[in-house]
Amino acid sequence: MNTPHHDPDYNFGYLDEQTKRMVRRALLKAIAIPGYQVPFGSREMPLARGWGTGGIQITAALIGPADTLKVIDQGADDTTNAVSIRRFFERVSGVATTELTEDATIIQTRHRIPEKPLEAGQILVYQVPQPEPLRKLEPSEAETRKMHAWAEYGGMYVRLYEDIARYGHVATTYSYPVLVNGRYVMSPTPIPKFDNPKMDDMPALQLFGAGREKRIYAIPPYTSVKSLDFEDHPFTVQSWTEPCALCAANDSYLDEVITDDRGGRMFVCSDSSYCEDRRAKGHVGKELATAEALAYVGHVEGGSDVA
Amino acid sequence: MYVAVKGGEAAILATHDLVAEERRGDVSVPELSVAQIREQMQLAVARVMNEGSLYDEDLSALALKQAQGDMIEAAFLMRAYRTTLPRFGSSVPLDTSNMAIRRRISATYKDLPGGQVLGPTYDYTHRLFDFALMASGEAPEAQTSADRLDAAMPRVPDILGDEGLMEAELPPEGDPRPFDLTRDPIEFPADRDVRLQTLARGDEGFLLGLAYSVQRGFGGNHPFAGEIRLGEVAVEFVPEELGFAVDLGDITLTECQMVNQFQGSKDQPPQFTRGYGLSFGHAERKAMSMAILDRSLKAREFGEAADYPAQQEEFVLYHADNVEASGFVEHLKLPHYVDFQGELELLRKIRREQEERAATMKEAAE
Amino acid sequence: MTQSVATHLASGLADPVFGSQTVFRTLLDALSAPGKVFTLADDLAGAPAGLPAAAASILLTLADYETPVWLPEGYDETRRWLAFHSGAPVASSKTNAKFALMDAASPDTHLGAFNLGEDRYPDTSTTVIIVCEALSGGSPQTLRGPGIQTTTTFAPLGVHPSFWDEIAENNALFPLGVDLIFVAGSAIAGLPRTTQIAGA
Repeated sequence: MNTPHHDPDYNFGYLDEQTKRMVRRALLKAIAIPGYQVPFGSREMPLARGWGTGGIQITAALIGPADTLKVIDQGADDTTNAVSIRRFFERVSGVATTELTEDATIIQTRHRIPEKPLEAGQILVYQVPQPEPLRKLEPSEAETRKMHAWAEYGGMYVRLYEDIARYGHVATTYSYPVLVNGRYVMSPTPIPKFDNPKMDDMPALQLFGAGREKRIYAIPPYTSVKSLDFEDHPFTVQSWTEPCALCAANDSYLDEVITDDRGGRMFVCSDSSYCEDRRAKGHVGKELATAEALAYVGHVEGGSDVA
Repeated sequence: MYVAVKGGEAAILATHDLVAEERRGDVSVPELSVAQIREQMQLAVARVMNEGSLYDEDLSALALKQAQGDMIEAAFLMRAYRTTLPRFGSSVPLDTSNMAIRRRISATYKDLPGGQVLGPTYDYTHRLFDFALMASGEAPEAQTSADRLDAAMPRVPDILGDEGLMEAELPPEGDPRPFDLTRDPIEFPADRDVRLQTLARGDEGFLLGLAYSVQRGFGGNHPFAGEIRLGEVAVEFVPEELGFAVDLGDITLTECQMVNQFQGSKDQPPQFTRGYGLSFGHAERKAMSMAILDRSLKAREFGEAADYPAQQEEFVLYHADNVEASGFVEHLKLPHYVDFQGELELLRKIRREQEERAATMKEAAE
Repeated sequence: MTQSVATHLASGLADPVFGSQTVFRTLLDALSAPGKVFTLADDLAGAPAGLPAAAASILLTLADYETPVWLPEGYDETRRWLAFHSGAPVASSKTNAKFALMDAASPDTHLGAFNLGEDRYPDTSTTVIIVCEALSGGSPQTLRGPGIQTTTTFAPLGVHPSFWDEIAENNALFPLGVDLIFVAGSAIAGLPRTTQIAGA
């Protein structure tokens, strides 16, 4: 096997082997208890707490020369922290990186699940700021741990129902809690609830790392993941009245881009790789020209694979 | 075809250059050396060693230089570096009763064996600018007593302990290897080794504020500064293959033991209870705050109602770490537009529905 | 004998960094797809007599001074080899074990003797490596649960008949319970506590 070139001042993947073993043991237990938060000896990383150190430690424990890594933040490969984390792994592991969802063996993400369905064999690593779905109900870790131990989730349903009574809707739009394998209530991290259904029965392995809170959890492939809801108020996801302004997709999560100071706005795919792929295949949104004028996208003659 | 405009990587690299430029400042002013920071900013160096959990004055000075004097950023550099160091084992417990003392005071006795040794302290300086420091001037040589300090300087809590009036400091059953905060996650309720380690690396400002809250009334303890001592202590290590202790050198420590009244309980007669603080370098404010909080966090052991923030271990331990806290607070700078879009969508939907309902009701009324 | 011990002491994973990474990824796959048989890459420079290569690779990848390992009688050479290569202490009892080795054919199939975890921390349970003759050719069991799309068949050879009842009982304890890794030669298959034996 070819050993990729990595910074010789650090072990491959940055973490020392003992730390990797510790993280790996936690990962295997996490898979065996879907949705349960395994405490782990989270290390101080050279990137700030809250900036993805949990996901980074998981990726560092997983990654090998045969991997191809994709890093996204807000669904996009070019957001600053995604760029920073990708550069970190290029330096400490030297492995190949990609922006194409289908080419990646490991996808580290913050706040989104890619639009393109993930396949068996791929691993999605989530960066988790707050792993505890019950924390807003109960600030004490000692208490929430007991609530999980005894599956005392009534308070969570009450909270969601209070929203319905007040607003007519559950007012949680991201980190929308899910029940995993019929047992543990889990925070899907701040992905928009739009992405929740993708977690259910996903063929890919989903791993979650909270560095500051020192927790790892997992959803094995083909595992039931249900968003908490009520018979009279079933779970729904966000929808938009118009398709993506760039690629005309009507099945993706859209970000709002303010185009002027007179209320002008357009809605574009949050998953930049998905959007580019569609445009490369000839899909044209209504405001592609506007976007070009705003230098939000560039026009490349004939190119098909430009980073 | 159209591609997203990607300036992320170039922009990030440019920020590194801008930081380097700002750090250097006006190039007509001579550059600070790490040795200058180490020698002339000792208290800052000590704070960074404490919050960075690593005793290395040179690296601490380098961290301060690299971080432009930002203490938390400097502590972060120390922590990240510390993670990469191999660990050979634990030292023999340090013996602060054998400290080479430079300062030692007790507020609980007028005089005691070994005496009150003021040493280097700002306590009785008048906080008036010394404009001589603005010009470069030689420091005056300190006039100290020609008498050597007493070799025997018993620790105040030990004196009280001999009388049976002080809570005994006993190792836990079986004297197990202490918990290591940097390698294992905290579980609650937390044992004292976990609490002391967290406090030792905790933010000085956070600890100070909480300790102050205890004194002002958000706490049930009335601390006396039993003793504060500053000086050098030998660090010894027993290599597995040698089987006897080897001296690794001396480190500077500040130790504070607070004495608190305790009314006694069913099982224990009334006695004084202990609050312990220990910090790298000269860091009295930190050691004193730590000692007050060590005592307040013993609420559970003494069966006291934990009514105040400083007595609630989850609150204190989870929020004392400034590297973690600043990471999480500052992560709000990262893009959150995906989640924000979710909130916008919901808010617009709720408003739309309310307006529709209002319109329907108006129609019905008309 | 002396020479054989010396040889074994000198050999572990050929490449500790990349060897353990590939072994770990296969383990991750195995626990993510219960009952599916995977073959470990041959990164092992040598293993003690009687210890299947897969078990040796797994222990070298996961065990260290933080993880007591429980070994049945007759694994003295493994004990010395493991102490040398991983620093893993021998578990004083089954309940103290983070990892354990067990012969599938042994009549003592009682999984409840291992650490099953506790309700607030079910992750503290033992991971048990089950040594089989082969991972196919035995009486087929139908499995379902997380990681399995519908059902799958698993037929390890040389498993004591009472073992499947033990596994069903272990599953009934969820979220407590041990997690199992079946090994034979360089083949492995995972059976986490979530996996149900159909019909059991």
